[in-house]
Amino acid sequence: MADNIFEVSDLRVDVADMTRKPLFGPAPRLEILKGISFTVPRGVVLGIVGGSGSGKTTLGRTMVRLAEPSGGRMLFDGHDIAHLSDAAMRPLRPRIQMIFQDPLSSLNPRLTVGRTVAAPLNARANDPRVGEALEHVGLPAEFAQRYPHELSGGQRQRVGIARAIAMRPEFILADEIVSGLDVSSQAQVLMLLEKLVAELGLTLAFISHDLSVIRRLCSRVIVLRSGEIVENAATADLFERPQHAYTRELLDAIPTPDPSIRW
Amino acid sequence: MLDGRGSIRRRSGARLWLSAVWLTLFVLAALLAPWISPHDPLAQDLMLGRLPPAWVAGAEPGYWLGTDSLGRDVLSRIIHGARIALVVALIAGTATCLLGSALGMVAGFYRGWADRLISRLVDIWMAFPPVLFAILLIAVLGTGLTSVILAIVIIDWTRFCRVVRAETLNQSKMDYVHSAKVAGFTRLRTLATEILPNVLPTIIALLTLEMGIAVIVEAILSFVNLSISTDQPTWGGMIAEGRTSIHQAWWVLVFPLVALFLTVLSFAQFGDGLRERFDPVLR
Ligand SMILES: Nc1ncnc2c1ncn2[C@@H]1O[C@H](COP(=O)(O)OP(=O)(O)OP(=O)(O)O)[C@@H](O)[C@H]1O
Ligand SMILES: [Mg+2]
Repeated sequence: MADNIFEVSDLRVDVADMTRKPLFGPAPRLEILKGISFTVPRGVVLGIVGGSGSGKTTLGRTMVRLAEPSGGRMLFDGHDIAHLSDAAMRPLRPRIQMIFQDPLSSLNPRLTVGRTVAAPLNARANDPRVGEALEHVGLPAEFAQRYPHELSGGQRQRVGIARAIAMRPEFILADEIVSGLDVSSQAQVLMLLEKLVAELGLTLAFISHDLSVIRRLCSRVIVLRSGEIVENAATADLFERPQHAYTRELLDAIPTPDPSIRW
Repeated sequence: MLDGRGSIRRRSGARLWLSAVWLTLFVLAALLAPWISPHDPLAQDLMLGRLPPAWVAGAEPGYWLGTDSLGRDVLSRIIHGARIALVVALIAGTATCLLGSALGMVAGFYRGWADRLISRLVDIWMAFPPVLFAILLIAVLGTGLTSVILAIVIIDWTRFCRVVRAETLNQSKMDYVHSAKVAGFTRLRTLATEILPNVLPTIIALLTLEMGIAVIVEAILSFVNLSISTDQPTWGGMIAEGRTSIHQAWWVLVFPLVALFLTVLSFAQFGDGLRERFDPVLR
């Protein structure tokens, strides 16, 4: 078992740039990730921040191999998964899970919560592991019979989390999972994540553009700007001694309560 | 809070039950035709020609819906005609549905060359006027029940294919499909257990619609005398015969037409009703 659950070196992702495609011939390539290197040590909660369009989602989707990188290496527990085929990737899938941003679209609308959580386990909806996973995320076991549209936004996101942890993965990627929720459900989901990380010994990569959320949850942070890492530091260091101008810009954008304003 | 669901359900309930009642009658008539029809549908009696229905002056007791110009009982012929209508609706409807939906799902989910091939085929198919296409096919295949069913399947699979492909394409872009990939599902399993349940309501609505359409197509082919042999009573054949004597005996035309109309309408309403009743998302 490698110490680093992920070792990413010189990761590149590009897509065909259809806006500049000539009438004939192939479209030019547009680089979205421009050679990214970082490691994710086991048991760490890694924050990935950056402005809109900086490539966070692309990086996340590549790490869980929903997308294939165009270059570089990506070691998961010592295996290079950068270019594995779907079939070769399948045995590793249960160890790498993802929680999606939009819980409504990431839950199958015509399957009950129980079946949604049970399917990846190849189990039935009344399998004890389903109830256990729901309990872990603070949902009553009866919710297994509900359909996603019968839940609130925060409850749906909990189901998304339950599905991911039910497989007992080693690594979970969470892409902006609280940005669609109101403030109080955000706080609840974050608290839940903190608890799960501690209880289950998860390694988590947490994508967000909200630095206050990152500060609370993550022990390390990488800052992305237009497909490049501009800073990679422990959270405390980053917030106290930001090295890069872009990081300072992001930090300044955090709204702080201003005592000079009267109600 | 105001919620429209209650009233929608009540309305769809009436729709579902009314259409279910008519379809049950239709199926029972078809299954039990030899035992329940009051007369032999083929027995001619020129003494009893063009008898009006029972509530019109000059009617003969026992001939509820009157007789045609050859003295054959209209009600018995409608009941026997339901047999062919039922066989065509079930077999042609189901086969069309299976073929079209399978191709549509493959095209919409796997994309690539399969999609290009299937979509081009659909485009080419759609360029033929369907009725001419049917007549042409029957000319090649010969008349008979099997040819009618084959013709319907060959012509109408595109109706399913187009709609199911579009729906599958939509569903394939949803995050739950990505989520299935992350969970390690094979492509086929994703298609069968994640996407199919979401396309199924559309397929079922189309299927019942297609059953109605199959009945109409059979009637049209009977009408142009290209369907089943003429001695077997069919609704389309009856309408064709009734047309020639519309001024002397309207009932020969009107009653099979009403049976056809109610059956086709019920199939469509039944499909919509089923969807609204059993789809967990709409419910
Ligand atoms: N299929 C694509 N074709 C062309 N450009 C793309 C494609 N996918 C992503 N991009 C571009 O890549 C860049 C990174 O996108 P990505 O979604 O990873 O950003 P992000 O950091 O997640 O942003 P946000 O915070 O808004 O979610 C963007 O500039 C985007 O326009
Ligand atoms: Mg994003």
